[in-house]
Amino acid sequence: MNTVVLLALTGLGLAALYFLVASGLSLVFGLADVLNFAHGLFLGVGAYATWWAAGNLPGAGAEGLGFVLAVAFGVAAGTLVAVLVELVLIRPLYSRTIEQVLVTVGLSLAGVALLQATWGADARPFPRPEWTRRVTGILGAQVPNGGLLLIGAAVLVLGGLLAFLHWTRYGLIIRAGVENREMVTALGIDVRKAFTLVFAIGGAAAALAGALGGVYLGTVSPGQGGSLLIFAFIVVVIGGMGSVVGSAYAAVAVGLLQQFVNYYGASGVGDLCVVALLAVVLLLRPQGIAGKVAHA
Amino acid sequence: MSATGEPVLTVADLSVRIAGLHILQGVSFTVAPTGVTVLLGRNGVGKTTTLRAIVGLTPRNGEVRGTVRMGAQTLLARPTHRLVRDGLGYVPEDRCVFAGLTVAENLRLAERRGTTPAYDRVFALFPELDRRGRQRAGSLSGGQQQMLAIGRVLLNDNRLLLVDEPTKGLAPKVVTEVAEVLERVAESVPVLLVEQNLAVVRRLARDAVVLSAGRVAWHGNAHELLLETALTKSLLGVGPEVRA
Repeated sequence: MNTVVLLALTGLGLAALYFLVASGLSLVFGLADVLNFAHGLFLGVGAYATWWAAGNLPGAGAEGLGFVLAVAFGVAAGTLVAVLVELVLIRPLYSRTIEQVLVTVGLSLAGVALLQATWGADARPFPRPEWTRRVTGILGAQVPNGGLLLIGAAVLVLGGLLAFLHWTRYGLIIRAGVENREMVTALGIDVRKAFTLVFAIGGAAAALAGALGGVYLGTVSPGQGGSLLIFAFIVVVIGGMGSVVGSAYAAVAVGLLQQFVNYYGASGVGDLCVVALLAVVLLLRPQGIAGKVAHA
Repeated sequence: MSATGEPVLTVADLSVRIAGLHILQGVSFTVAPTGVTVLLGRNGVGKTTTLRAIVGLTPRNGEVRGTVRMGAQTLLARPTHRLVRDGLGYVPEDRCVFAGLTVAENLRLAERRGTTPAYDRVFALFPELDRRGRQRAGSLSGGQQQMLAIGRVLLNDNRLLLVDEPTKGLAPKVVTEVAEVLERVAESVPVLLVEQNLAVVRRLARDAVVLSAGRVAWHGNAHELLLETALTKSLLGVGPEVRA
C-alpha cells in the first residue's frame, strides 16, 4: 500500500512537471499552429534564471520569500524570452511550417549551447528551501515535498488557466481561435496579439516547471528542457492540441504509467509504454482526449 | 446598376490565383448603396473566392490582384480584422460558429471595442438566440447556427455585409425565415449575397452579378435576369422556375 501511494504521488509530481510544460505547448499549437521545439528552452531559461537569482539577485535566496522572488525572476525571464521568440522569430513565419520547425529546432540547440557555454555542461546543485528536501508521510508513504510542491503548483496553474480561458476576453479569443482562427479574424479581432499572449503564458508555465523541476530534481543542467519536451509533446498529442484540460488528463496518465511500469516492470519499460499509449491514442482517437477535430 | 447613388463597393479587375490556378480573372462589378446585390453562378465559378478576396481571406498560397474599394477606402492588402472593424461584415459559407463556445460567448466575441453592441437588434430578429444563450453553439440546429452567424455581424453597425450562401442545407421553412431576416437587414445596410436558391434571389435581390469561369458573364437587374429563362439556364444551369 505504501509503495502504491508513493508511486502514485511521485507519478503525479512527474505529471505536474509534464503538465506545466505541455499546457503552453498545447495552447501555442492549438491557436497558432506552431510546433515550438524551442519550448524546452523556456524551461531552461526559467531554471537557470532562478538558480542565478537565488545567488545573485538582491533579496533573493534559497529560503522563504527570497526563494519566491528567485522563482518569480525565473518565470519573468522565461516569459520574456518566449515573447521575444514569438515577436522576432515566429511572427514572420506564420503559415510556413517547415521554416518554423527549422527555426525552433535551431533555437533549441543554440539555447542549450549558450547555457553550456555560460555555465558549463555539468549539472549544478539547485538552491532550494530546506523543507523541500524533506518528506511528508501520507498514508504511510514518505513523499518528497518537492514533488508535492510541483503538484500544488500545477493545480494552481490549471485553475488559473481555466479561469483565464473562461472568464476573460482574451481567454474567449484563445478558445475561439483554437477552433477557427480565421473566423476570429473575420469578427474584427487581431489574433496576433493572442498569439503573443499564448507564447507568454506557455513561456511562464515552462519557466515555472524549470524552477520547480530544479527543486524536485535538486540540480539544473542545460539539456533538462529538451528531455522533458519529448514527453510534453506526447502529452500534448494524447491530450489534444489546444486543450488545457486534455493536457492535464494526459499528463496524469503518462506520469502514472511511467512510474508504475518502471517500478513494477523494468526501468525504461515505462517510457516504452508511454510511446505505446501514444500510438493507441493516435489510432483510436487522432484528435486526442479533448482536442479539436481536424478539418480537411 | 439600378440603385441610385455612389456604389458602396467597387470591384475592379479582380484576379485571384490559388496554388497556380486562376480562380478569378479580371472580375469587375459594383454593389449598390442599398438593398441586396446577389452574386450568382454555377458551382466552382469563384463566388466564395470573390467574397473571401474582398474581406482579405485569400489563402497564403494565393495571389490577389486588382482593386476593391469600399467608398473611398482601398480594401486589398489591409488585414481582415481592420476591414471588419471599418464596417465590412462577413457571414461565411457553412456558418463557422464556434461550436465549443456558448451562443452568448459567440456573440460576445463579436463585440467591437469602443462601440455599444446592438443586442436589442439581434434579439429582436432572433429571439431564439436570447433564450439559448447558455447552449453550446455546436448543439444548435443548422438554422439556429445560421441565425447566430448572422446575429454576430448584426451586433455592430456595418457599411456593407458579405453573406455567403446563408440558406445552404437548410429546411424550406428555415430558408424562408432566413430570407425574411435578410430582407429586413437589407433595409438598413447593403448586402452582397452569394445565393444558389433562386426563390430567395427573386425575393431579395435588386441587382445580380453572374460569374462564369472566373469572369463576370452578366451584370444587371436581378428580376430582368430571372425573366429570361433561356439566359438564366445558360448562365446558372437551372431555370428561374426552380424554387426552394
